[in-house]
Amino acid sequence: MAHSVLLLASTRPTWPDILVFAAAAAVILVGSLGVVTSRNPVHAALSLVMTLFGVAVLFIEQEADFLAAVQIIVYAGAIVVLFLFVIMFLGVDRDEDIIIEPLSGQRPLAVVLSVITLAGVLAMAATAHWVTGAHQVVGPIQGHVAGPHSPSGEPAQLGKQLFTTYLFAFEATAALLVIAVVGAVVLARRPPTVHVPSEDSEESEMPA
Amino acid sequence: MSLSGAWYLGLAAIVFTIGAIGLLVRRNVLIMFMCIELMLNAANLTFVTFARMLNDIGGQALVFFVLVVAAAEVVVGLGIVVTNFRRRATTVADDLDSLKG
Repeated sequence: MAHSVLLLASTRPTWPDILVFAAAAAVILVGSLGVVTSRNPVHAALSLVMTLFGVAVLFIEQEADFLAAVQIIVYAGAIVVLFLFVIMFLGVDRDEDIIIEPLSGQRPLAVVLSVITLAGVLAMAATAHWVTGAHQVVGPIQGHVAGPHSPSGEPAQLGKQLFTTYLFAFEATAALLVIAVVGAVVLARRPPTVHVPSEDSEESEMPA
Repeated sequence: MSLSGAWYLGLAAIVFTIGAIGLLVRRNVLIMFMCIELMLNAANLTFVTFARMLNDIGGQALVFFVLVVAAAEVVVGLGIVVTNFRRRATTVADDLDSLKG
């Protein structure tokens, strides 16, 4: 709708919006720094949950309500739980020493390279316009309000596009998920116990 | 209405950088995976921001696909980590040097 675009461009942000953004940004930054710096993998996973919640808040702030819900359910509910499950399953939930630097000079170099990349992105964005594309190529975010019972809004619009414009990609994700499940089962399956002496000695080496 | 998109894009760039630093610096494979998730989330935030700025639902549809790919990637990646842990009892990337000449 051209009306909402006009509204976006003309109105100034109110102080609750600024407050929400600042709080969410603080949560995201603290969480992401926690992922990188925490010594315990469990703490890193919980910091990741914190970051994901902050990103979900910013999704809601930008009218992506459905994606915020999916973000919480899929990321925080499934992916991080899978991480925690593997951490507990392997028993690696203890502190590691991250003070020692196995490869000398690697950390300063990594920070310098990443900051150069960040500065490049920001400089490129500052000299050019953030948005140079055409508006509403696929469809508007808020659907057309045709009648009192016709679905409108962002989830309806997203579903409509997923099952029309992106139908092939959507079906391809189904195939991708099946492949991932089969791959995980094949990887996790123990090899059938063949009576070879080396196989037995390998099994006795395994931790309990 | 919410803030201008530049704020969101700047925040996403910073989160992406933090994830990249973590991926380069950390040795634990599990934490490296979490840093990849951070970078994917920064990209998702960028997609949603551009979707709002251009009033185009295509950006949000792409976030949906990124979520699916991230889920599949984590499943297979953690399967590899578990399989590898059975053989070598380590999740540190430096210890996986069997191919070293």
